[in-house]
Parts: sequence; structure tokens; C-alpha cells
Amino acid sequence: MAVAFSLVPFFLFVSSAFKTQTQVTAIPPTLWPSFSLDFFHSAIVQYRILGYLLNSVIVAGATTFVTLFLATLAGYALARLPRSWAYFGLLVILACAMFPQIAIVGPVWRFLRLIGWLNTYQGLVLPYVALTLPLAVWILALFFREIPAELEAAALVDGCSRIGALVRIILPLSAPGLFTAAILTFIYAWNEFFLALLIITDPLRQTMPVGIALFQGEHTVPWGEIAAASFITTAPLVAMVLLFQRRIITGLSAGAIKG
Amino acid sequence: MIHADRKFYLALLAPTILVLLVFIAAPIAQSVVLSFHRIIVGLPQLQNPFIGIENYQELLHDSVARHSFLVTFVFVSVTTFCEVFLGLLLALLINHRFPGRGSLRACVLVPWAIPTVVSAQMWRFLFNDSYGLINYTLFGNEVSQYVAWLAKPGTALFTIILADVWKTTSFAALLILAGLQIIPDELYEAARVDGAGIWRRFRHITWPLIRPALLIALLFRTIDAFRVFDLAFVMTQGGPADATNVLQLYGYKKMFVEGWMGYGSAISVGVFIIILILAVIYVRMVGRRVLEANL
Amino acid sequence: MAFLILKNISKRFGGVPALSNVSLRVEDGEFCVLLGPSGCGKSTLLNIVAGLSPQDRGTILLDGESIDHLSPRERDMAMVFQSYALYPHMTVAQNLSFGLRMRGFSKEEMSLKVQETARLLQIEHLLDRKPRQLSGGQRQRVAMGRALVRRPTIFLLDEPLSNLDAQLRMSVRLELKSLHRQIATTILYVTHDQIEAMTLGEKVVVLRDGRVHQIGTPDTIYNRPADTFVATFVGSPMMNLFQGKIVCEGNAFKFRSPDFSLALGEVTLDMEDREVEVGIRPEDIAFGESEAVRLRAMVEMVSNVGTNKYVHAKLGKNAITVQAPKDVSYNVGESVALAMDPSKFHIFHEGKRIG
Repeated sequence: MAVAFSLVPFFLFVSSAFKTQTQVTAIPPTLWPSFSLDFFHSAIVQYRILGYLLNSVIVAGATTFVTLFLATLAGYALARLPRSWAYFGLLVILACAMFPQIAIVGPVWRFLRLIGWLNTYQGLVLPYVALTLPLAVWILALFFREIPAELEAAALVDGCSRIGALVRIILPLSAPGLFTAAILTFIYAWNEFFLALLIITDPLRQTMPVGIALFQGEHTVPWGEIAAASFITTAPLVAMVLLFQRRIITGLSAGAIKG
Repeated sequence: MIHADRKFYLALLAPTILVLLVFIAAPIAQSVVLSFHRIIVGLPQLQNPFIGIENYQELLHDSVARHSFLVTFVFVSVTTFCEVFLGLLLALLINHRFPGRGSLRACVLVPWAIPTVVSAQMWRFLFNDSYGLINYTLFGNEVSQYVAWLAKPGTALFTIILADVWKTTSFAALLILAGLQIIPDELYEAARVDGAGIWRRFRHITWPLIRPALLIALLFRTIDAFRVFDLAFVMTQGGPADATNVLQLYGYKKMFVEGWMGYGSAISVGVFIIILILAVIYVRMVGRRVLEANL
Repeated sequence: MAFLILKNISKRFGGVPALSNVSLRVEDGEFCVLLGPSGCGKSTLLNIVAGLSPQDRGTILLDGESIDHLSPRERDMAMVFQSYALYPHMTVAQNLSFGLRMRGFSKEEMSLKVQETARLLQIEHLLDRKPRQLSGGQRQRVAMGRALVRRPTIFLLDEPLSNLDAQLRMSVRLELKSLHRQIATTILYVTHDQIEAMTLGEKVVVLRDGRVHQIGTPDTIYNRPADTFVATFVGSPMMNLFQGKIVCEGNAFKFRSPDFSLALGEVTLDMEDREVEVGIRPEDIAFGESEAVRLRAMVEMVSNVGTNKYVHAKLGKNAITVQAPKDVSYNVGESVALAMDPSKFHIFHEGKRIG
């Protein structure tokens, strides 16, 4: 029953992507699509969906990469610093994860306009990095804490530098944590709307969520194309979720519970 | 034990701190500063004078703002309650071992993973007044009976609430599930041996032990719900007649549509303070325990 | 050449002093044991020598040169950790060669050294396994191998045997000793087990609460303990200690405690009327009467520890433990006569040895 509730609405919507034009607006509604790819075609050709897709890939990918890099360093520092520091650091990071986007959107927009980074990839990626760092650092710090400090001691005595120990010993052992942080960061960046709406107004650079939200038809709402675009946007996510559900759940609960 | 220099660790933390400073801390501070000025984007010749707390005074008398707060408050209360309640049920369900549990979990996670705008469009489609499936389910082929859910002030808020509950219940369920799974099976078994039925077991074992998790889910969701934007923007654009004009949307309109950046900043600061209070409550109640458990 | 000198090493953690003015000298090729109860600072000292933790004060000299500013890598030491600290994601062979890899050895050289060390420790058949597939004893050997393979100037071992079961511990102890004879490298070995210290060490350093109590050969430590702590820490069962006063009777000195008196032998001290403690080891007490000492004790318990038998009795109000011959039986409640040889007494004043 719960499954039905979760999936049915979505399925219905998405199946519209595969219908013909008349089927979409018909009453009674046709439950099963006729698997026509018309809408995909028009979505790609008329509405340039693939452009949006590419932008999303670039932005989400870059965000994940940068966030993970910075979070690894920061998480390691917080994991190895004496308790009081780590406490403080994590508290600050928790705080950063709780404010409303609107409190930063205005000034960030003005700042980006000032340095000419509106409508650029980096202009969106950097705020995203700031927004995804808290959770990523938290997850990685927790994972790194699990690794006994003696392993690093052994590596140091064996002749490693500190960074070397981080790269050769700690990272391989925290692969699951890195993976989880990466997935969560990617999903967040992929789905984000508010900032993307404001920072990038050039349709050539807009990301998928913005594209889908602002879908304008000529006379009517182009549901078919919207459905097609939604399908393209969410297919990779759904695949990721189904494949990595265990990791995702661990990461999310680590971010909140563990109490 | 082995301590590297403080300097080394600080160097590792520096880039992160820098990013957070520039894109979060500074902007928040800047918002506060801006809220004390009159700034109209597009009219730079006014030179953004400092006007003290005028924006705030105006805010307090702004009926739209008050209405917006009310709308948001209703939204937060209803969604949080529903999500935690349903989430609890869902978590209890998933906690039972049964075949196909894994796929149920995955399915439940799907709504969470979908971009909010996609789910917003989806619900827009389903609530459509000409061919939406909701209307069809309720009224069959009687097209004349179809309700324009999104266009009536009475029902518009309801649609957004439903959309949010659909999307986020699973997240709440996961948080609660994590708390459920910590409860050792032996407690239930002992209770069963003692003759306690399902309700008794729930009341005396599950409920007290799950309260912290529920609290966390509650507070998390409350703070998150206050930040609603995507759904209102895509589904109703804040209408009809401000029925769904949630706080962040109102602030957005003032700042970026009408260009009143100073006033809009006052709104953002207001929202920020509300959430700050909630966050402080959160950290007070649960933060210490969570951190200590982890460190 | 690798002789190590520690001068006045001190370290605090927060407000708590972990080490206070520790000074010692380890000769080239010497097997030096740091012995002490948990929390005495011996592991901290080892970490400082390795360069993992900086000392607050004091200096470390290797072959006469200060190494305080050198990183662990530059100090060319090898360490075996109590928990072994094997890299879980690498095979045994990779674990062994890690240190060599860090120092830029060629593939052939590494392979050669790894094989050699594996042969020495009899772990050749384990080279392709991962640590989680090994038993405790095997892991211990790999940890030792990792240290050995680099032929460092100094070996540091932090309670390497404490996680092994008793039998394994015995055999590994013997192996360690023979290994030391073969490779003749300077070793700094940390343990809380005094039997280990006594059997392995050429020089024993007794530590407590961050301070050095005595440095000496096992013989010296055992037969001439510098204070009551060393006297009671080393030797099992514990040395018997009695409190009392020294009095002068005629031209002989006697030790008088509330319940009994002991005639002291050649005592050249200026200790008349002073409060002292007299100690004697269980194996130095005999049953039977003698002209020198006449004591009667009440048997409370007899313990049979395999190789030895001990009688726990009460001498007045004092507890006393005596090593007993195996073939004689003693019954609880029985009154026995004890004789002590004054030359075996250890006399302490305010904790420190005076005779």
C-alpha cells in the first residue's frame, strides 16, 4: 500500500512521456502508454532538453568533486583533532546546514554579479559546494574516526608523510563513506532549484530543474514534454537510489540520528 | 597520542572554512546589513540610503507578510505532523522483517530522490482541472464536477501540503527507522513472553525508546519545512490570492521580481531568525547527545 | 652504531604530567626493556622516541646527535604496535614492503627483502593473504616482519606480546631473544609484564607515573631493588614487606615490629629508632627453626601454582607468603616455624633502599 502511494503517482506522470498528444489530455485517462517517443523527440528538438541535461551533469559533477575533496581534508582534520575542537567544528557545520537559502541568496547574487560570475558554472558550483559541505564533512569525519589512529602512526614510522598516510591508508579504508558522501552531494546538486533559478538566467546554461520548472508551451502546458524531461532527469537518480539504497540510508541517518 | 601540529589541521580546514565563510556566513551578515537600507534593483541612482529599522517596521505592518507567515506556519505544522506520523507508521512497517523489504525501502526512497520541481510538475499534472487523475478518480467522467484544485484558495494549500508529504515522508521514515533499529530485539521478546500484545509492546517499549529519534525527525522536518520554496513556485506561484505565498517565496518575489532588495532582506532576516530559534532548540535538546555519541 | 640517549624527557597531557625528567641510555645492540604498570608513561615515551609525539622538554640523542627535529620517517626506526596496526586493505606482502616502497627501493630489492624476512619469521605461506584472514599469532609475526624488513637502526616494540595467549607468548619470547642474537640491533621494548622484562631484557628501566624508579640488569632489579615499588612490582609472588623500627640492643641491631622482631645482620647504618620497612622474598624464607630467627606463623591458605607451592600465613597481624617444598603438606590453621636469613633482607627507609 505504501509502495503504491509512493510510486503510482510518479509512474502515472512519467508514463505520460510515452504517450501520444491526445492520450495525455484524454478523459478517461489512458493508463497504459502506447510507447510513442514523440514527446522525447519534441523535448529534445524543440526544447533543447539535452542542453539542460549537460549543464546539470557539469554542475552536479563539479560540485561533487570539489565538495568531496574539501570535505576529505576537513573531515580528516576534525576526526583527528582533540575532542573540544572537533565538537566546535561540527557544531558550526551543523549550524551552516540549517539556515534558509533566502538569507544568502540576495547577497550571493550581488556578489556574483560583482565579479561577473552570474550565468557561469563556477558561480553556481561554489555556492553548491558551500551548501553540501556540512553533510559531507560530517559523514566523512564520522568514517575517519572509525579508523584507528595507530594505522597512521604505523604509516608515519614506515616513512609516509601525513598527507601520504591520508591518501594511501585512510582513503582506501573509507571508500564506503566517500561513496555515500558523493552520492548525497550529487543528488543535492542535481535537484537544487532556488539558487539555480536565480544565478543562471541564460537558458543555455540552465540546469534541469530550472528547465523543467519554466517549461513554457505556446498555448497549453506541454505536459508530454515535461514528462519526458522529468523522465530523463530522474532516471539516473532512481537508478542510483535503487542500486545504492543501503549506502544512502546509512549516510542520511548518520547525518541526523546516531544518538 | 600522535598529534600533528595544530597548523597542519588548520591548513586542512582552511579551504572549507573559507568557502563556508564566503558563501554562507558573509551573505547572512550581508543580508542583515542590506535590511537596514533601501535598495531597489534597477534604480541605482537612489544610492541605497541607510534607513535603520524602517524595513522592519514596514514588515510588521505588512498584511501580506503576516498572511505569508500564517500560510507557512500552517504548512509547517500540517506537513510535519503528517510526515512524522506517517513516517512512524512506515518505519514500523519496514522494521518488520519480511521478504521484499529491501525493495520496499528502495521504492519509498524514490520520492525523496526526485527533484522537487519534478514532483511539483507531477502533482500539477495530477491535480489538473481538465484531465488530472485526481479529479478522474473522484468524479469519473463527470468533467463538469472537476475541481480546480490549484486555482481555489481553499484547496491550493492542500495540494502543496500533499505534494510535500508525498515527497518527504520517506525521509522522516528513515530517520525514525534508524532510531527503531537501535532497540534490541530481546526487549520485544521478553515482553512477548510476559504476555504483552502489540499495542502494549509499542506503548511501553517502542514509544519511550523512540522518542529521541522522533524528536530529531520532528525538528529536522520543521526547520526544513520552513524553507519550502520549490513546490510553491512551480505549482501555484504563491497564488491564488496569496493562498500559498510561503515566506521564502514572498521574500523571493520582493527581492528579485519587484527588486526591493532591502525589504526582501528584512524578510530573509526574519525567516532566518525564526529558523535560528528552532535550530537552537534543536541543538539544545538533541545536539549534545548526538555529538557525544559520535565523538 | 645506534646508541640512544634520552635526557630529561618531560611531557604533559593537558594538566597531567605523563613523563617527568626521564633519562636513560641504551647501548648499541642492547635489548632495553621499559617496565611499568599501565599508565606509567612507557608507551608515551616510545612514541616520543619514534617521533610521533613531541616532548615538552628534554632531548633525544642518537649516536650523539640530537634527533628532536626529525620526523618519524627520518629517524629510521621501526615500531611494532600493541594492536599490530596492519594495513587491512593490503596483503601481507604489501604490508611488509610498504616501508620499503616509501623509501624508493626497486621491485626486485623489495621482493628479495620481503622473502628473506618472511622466511625468517616463517610466514612465507601467508604472503598473499589479508590481515583479517590471519590468526592473532600470525598477525603478530607480520607486524614484526614489517619492522624487520627495513633493518632499521632501532626497533621499538610496544607490548607486542600482550594480545597473545600464554603458550604463544612463551614461544614468541624465545624467538625474540634468538632473533635479537641474530640481528643484534638496538631494541627498546615496552611491557607491563615483569616476567617478560626479566627474561628478555639486558637492561630494565622501571617506570611509574612518568618517573624512572630504577635502571639496571634484571639481576640488579630483582636482587637489589632501589625502592619499595620496584621491590614489590618485580617478583611473583610479591616480596613480603613489614613495617617497624630499628632498635639497638647491645651492639646488635634489631628490627622490631608490633608482632615480632628480627635480628639484622651486618647493618652499617645510622638508622636507630627510625621507621623502616624490611622486605624478604618468599623464596628466601625457610621452614624450621634456626638460632638467628624464631618465628611462628599461622597458615591461612596454600596455593599450588604448578611449579611452586606457596603458603600464605599470618605472622601476628602481618600477611606473609612463603615458598614451600612441594612434598610437604601444610594445613590451614597449622602453626609453622619460619626461619629467615638476614643477608636476604632488603631494608627501606621512606620507600628507598638503605640496606
